[in-house]
This record gives sequence, structure tokens and C-alpha cells, in this order.
Amino acid sequence: MPVITYRQALNDTLGEELSRDPNVLLMGEEIGLFQGSYRITDGLLEEFGPRRVVDTPIAEEGFVGLAIGSAMLGLRPVVEIMTINFILVAIDQVVNHASKIHYMFGGQVRVPMVIRTPSGGTGQLAATHSQSFENWFAYCPGLKVVAPATPYDAKGLLRAAIRDDDPVIFVESLALYDTKGEVPEDDDYVVPIGMAEVKRQGSDVTVISYSRMTAVAMQVAQRMEQEGISVEVVDLRSLRPLDRPTIIESVKKTNRAVVIAEDWYSYGITAEIAATIQEQAFDYLDAPVQRVAGLEVPLPYAKDLSAASKPSANSLAYAIYKVLGKK
Amino acid sequence: MAKVEEAVRAALEDEDVGTLRHYYYQMLLLRRFEERTSEMYVKAKIGGYCHLNLGEEATIVGLMAALTPDDYIFTNYREHGYIIARGVEPGPVMAELFGKETGVSGGRGGSMHLFDRARGFMGGYAIVGGQVPLAVGAAYALKYQEKPGVVVAQMGDATTNIGAFYESLNLAKLWRLPILFFIVNNGYGMGTSVENGSSEPDLYKKGGSFRIHGERVDGTDILAVRDTVRRLRQKAEQEGEPAILDITSFRFRGHSVIDADRYRDADAVRRSREAFDPVRNFATILLDHGFADDSFLKETAELVDHEVQEAIDFANGSPEPKFEDLYTYMYATPVPNIPGPEDAIREVKINRGEV
Repeated sequence: MPVITYRQALNDTLGEELSRDPNVLLMGEEIGLFQGSYRITDGLLEEFGPRRVVDTPIAEEGFVGLAIGSAMLGLRPVVEIMTINFILVAIDQVVNHASKIHYMFGGQVRVPMVIRTPSGGTGQLAATHSQSFENWFAYCPGLKVVAPATPYDAKGLLRAAIRDDDPVIFVESLALYDTKGEVPEDDDYVVPIGMAEVKRQGSDVTVISYSRMTAVAMQVAQRMEQEGISVEVVDLRSLRPLDRPTIIESVKKTNRAVVIAEDWYSYGITAEIAATIQEQAFDYLDAPVQRVAGLEVPLPYAKDLSAASKPSANSLAYAIYKVLGKK
Repeated sequence: MAKVEEAVRAALEDEDVGTLRHYYYQMLLLRRFEERTSEMYVKAKIGGYCHLNLGEEATIVGLMAALTPDDYIFTNYREHGYIIARGVEPGPVMAELFGKETGVSGGRGGSMHLFDRARGFMGGYAIVGGQVPLAVGAAYALKYQEKPGVVVAQMGDATTNIGAFYESLNLAKLWRLPILFFIVNNGYGMGTSVENGSSEPDLYKKGGSFRIHGERVDGTDILAVRDTVRRLRQKAEQEGEPAILDITSFRFRGHSVIDADRYRDADAVRRSREAFDPVRNFATILLDHGFADDSFLKETAELVDHEVQEAIDFANGSPEPKFEDLYTYMYATPVPNIPGPEDAIREVKINRGEV
């Protein structure tokens, strides 16, 4: 099976979906002539032209709202928000409009659109460019929120998102764009929205994660294997709907759970998962659920301080030892 | 006065009596619908916020008279009259206000969120300015799909102070979209006057920086509204030239049914209601120019009384949405792990103290 990058998987999928459905179009800042701030849309303007690959002005509220309105009339826009931080100026359109239009109007109209955006921090981007807001959207009924960790899932979930008739927030990660993985060719597979996956079988502890933290969890699990610790990794893939049964099934098997996410600790994704586990698997737990998340500061710029504020392989290993009674 | 008379006479020369009478009927229907809505609100048949179109009948009927079936309308939350004038029966509209399954939004939306896909009535929106980018998007879709028609983005005067309005103007002109920005300028955004909220109180000028043409129209003059919309609609559709319409009118009551209207002088409001009542003024014109007589006015009044009463009866007799349907419209595409009817029944029973 060919091995390609996460970026290439996204780029290929966008191109294939543009070819497949004439109502699919891409919109965003610098996605055309500039070829994308992170080159996810590389070459697509040349291939599909400015009608299908639309460079927008810097006006997120305007063009996100425009995309929603166009979806109501049958287009299938795939919007790129350069980073998730910038979606805050469009949040009224996403939360008050996209998420509600189908329900609030009694099912008369659909909003088939995708908002793609990288979340999280890397490379000293400092306070305003390193945030994780996927939990804000995962909080909203009416939205679907996915966050793939591998090139395979990136492709399968992006396909599913573009073909879905609901608004989907597609969370990417700058640190994942260059990671590689196997992706089948000539295979129109989709990864269903709403389903987690056990990315690695284990028996001592379950680590629950998504996006970049799944990559971290896989590395740590491999390392721990050499120490005789068997780590199961549950990759959420979808944050809304949340696949609680897969989480619970795994925790019932391993009896221990660590949840890791890049967002801030309080009120974050890890809190939701931990609460789910105590509600539905309390009697199976041999130790309190451990949570690993971002330290609660506006992310500082200074290199070491910045890195030290984010969850890491070290903090995950520490939590695993702790849940196993080894710390 | 003679000059005005002459202008009115000239304007009416090409008009068809049946059409004019129909306008009057529609305006009176909206008037009666809103009066009875107010009454139903006081009787607690209607909940939430409720904003009336009283005083804006000519603006609404004039707009709708100029639109075609190809067109789409996005409005704010003061929209009962718009959806009725667009051709939706008053019954399902009243049923929506009553929160019934037979309502235009299945009882899920309420007064501020009316919708009718078949007639291109694309929703009432209750976040000020939220509907404007959506409407621009609908216009974008028309252009993309090379379909006829234009989109009307209706809004209040105070909406012209929010950022979404300006981003929308920019995109609409930049991409030459078939859209009309239809500002219902009743002088007040809730209790804040246009002068207290806008550094440019001449709202039709607000498209200047975007090279968007704007006009002010007397919103109590139904024919002026209709003809202006028609003219600008054509330019929007054929030339991709968006426009701003600044439609002045007088809001008969407070912002919403429960607003005591303390920020306006009561005597002045009373006087303005007399002077700017578009329904009565239009009746006078019809009478004065021989398009109608007293018996027509009387019959029309009886007809709309009856129709609105029927709408109320329909709403009263309709069922509420079922508890098991709580999640029915959550998602258009079903996927694993979304809640369904069994979840709804179980959870609702607990919330209702039935377990």
C-alpha cells in the first residue's frame, strides 16, 4: 500500500471530491494563488479553476456565513480556516446558524458543508496561534466534529465529511501534516463519522486520545511495551458524535484509563471522557482516571517554556505510571 | 397637496384594480394577523419573544409584489408578515407561533424562526445580522449554479451597525452577486434611535465604500416600495449589481410585544400612527380614486377577520411535537452514536418527573 503524508491525503481527497461532485467547491484565505498557507490545496486552483477554488478576502464571518447560505441552496462548500484561532470571528455563523438551521426549521433545509482547520500549537506560535477550540464545537448539538490522527483516517473522514449533509468541523493539526502512513489507492473507502477506533490492542491500560495526541500515544505505547506495559490506544476520531461504547468497552477490558488531549485542562475534552468513564464503567476501574492536557496559560513564546506547557510523551508516560500505581 | 394628488393619480394610472385590491387585502391580512398575534401572546398561547410587523404592511407587501418565484428571502426575527405575504397560509404560521407540529418549522422554531423552503422563504433569524452573510451565500449559489432569481437580505436599521453587514456588502459587490440589502428603517433598534446608533444615519449611503448603490424609499407607500424593488431587482439579477434599499417606516408599537415603549414620546407615537398608517392611507387612496368602495373595505375586513380566526383555530387544534421526536431533526445524515427516539423518550420522562 502506498505511504503518503497526511497533507497529501487531504490534498488528494479534495481533488477527488472536486472531480466527483460539481457542487463541491473550496473556499478560504490564500487557498488558490498562494496554494494554501500549509499547502493543503497545492495545485488545486490550477487544476479546477477559480470557480471551484475560491480565494476569499480576510473576512471569516462573511465567507463562513456565505458558505452556509450557499449550502442551504445545494452547494457543498469546503471552507479552510487558516488556523482554528481565526474561527472565533466566525463563531456566530457556525454556532448560531450552521449548527441550528436544519433542526430549527423543522428539517426543511440541509447545510452540507465542511470547515477544515488546523488546531493546536507547534513551533513557538505563541498565545493567539496555538489554541485548541475543537471542544467549543464538539459542545454544540447539530455540528459534527472529527479529528483524524493518520493519513488513512484523514482521507476517509474528509470524504465522509464532504459527502455528509450536515455541517462538519474537520480538525487538523500542523504537526501531523508531514506525518506518513499507508493509504490505499483506487479505493473509495470512507471512515464513518461517529466511530472511534482501537488503534492498538493492549491489556493494562487504555489511553484515549485524538488527532496529534494519538500519534503521541502510539509512540508511548510502543516504548512501554519494552517495559512490559501493554497499552491500548483508543483514537476517538469523532468528537461529536462521541463513540462512548468503544471507550467503555476498552476500559472494561483494561480497568485503567488515561485521557490525553492538547486543549486546556479545565472544561476540556479530557473532562468529558473522564466523566463518561466514571458514569459507565465505575465498577470496572482499578484506579482513578488520569487526565493529561494543556497547562492553563496563554501559550508563551519562549521555546522551552512553550513546549513545556503542552502535553507530551513525558506527561502521558507519567500518567500511565500513575494509573498503574508506579508513581 | 394638489401636486401630491397629481403624482398619486399618475402613479395609479397604469394600475390594475384587481392588483391594487389584492395589495389592500394582503396588507389588512398582515395587520389583523399581528393584532390577533398580540392578543394570543397576552393569552399565553405564544411564548418567547414576539415581534410584530404593525406599521410595516406596505413595506412587506410592496417587497413581495416585486419578487418572483425564483427569488429567496432571508429575514430577521420580525417576519410574520413576510412569510404570509410570500404566500404561506396564515394557519401554519400561527401554528408555529403556538409551537405546534403543524407550524411552518414544525414547532421547533417559533416566532423568530419561520421557514418555508417551497416558497424560498429561507428563514427568520434572531441574531442581529446573522442572516446577512447567509443571504449573500444564497446569492452566491444562484450565481454558481447559473440560476435566475435574486436574494433579499431583510434587516432592521440597527443591523447596519454590525460587522457582518459590512463583510457581506464587500463580498456581494466583490463577487457581483444578485442580492438586495433591504433595510427596514423604522427609526429604532429596540430603544436606540438610528441617530444614536449610526454615525451615518442616512442608511442608504452605507454602501458607498463598497461601490454599492443605495436608495431611500417611503416604506408606507406600497407602490413606491414595489417599483423600487422591481427596478433594483432587475439590475441585481441581470447585472450582478447588489443594492441597498433604505425603507423608512413607523413602528406602531414597542420593539416586541412586551416592550412598554418608554423611550418614545407617547403623543408623538400616537400622532405618527395616525399619519403613517399604511393600511388606512392605502384605503383612502383606493376610495379617492375609485378603485374601491366602502363595501369592498368592509368585505375585505370581514374576510381577513375570518381567515385569521381560522388560523387561530387551526393552531389551537393542532398537536404539539411528540417527545419521541426531540432528536428527529438533529442531523440530516444519520451516523453512529447520535441519539434517537428511545433516548428522547427515556430522557424526557426523567425531566418531566415521570420516572
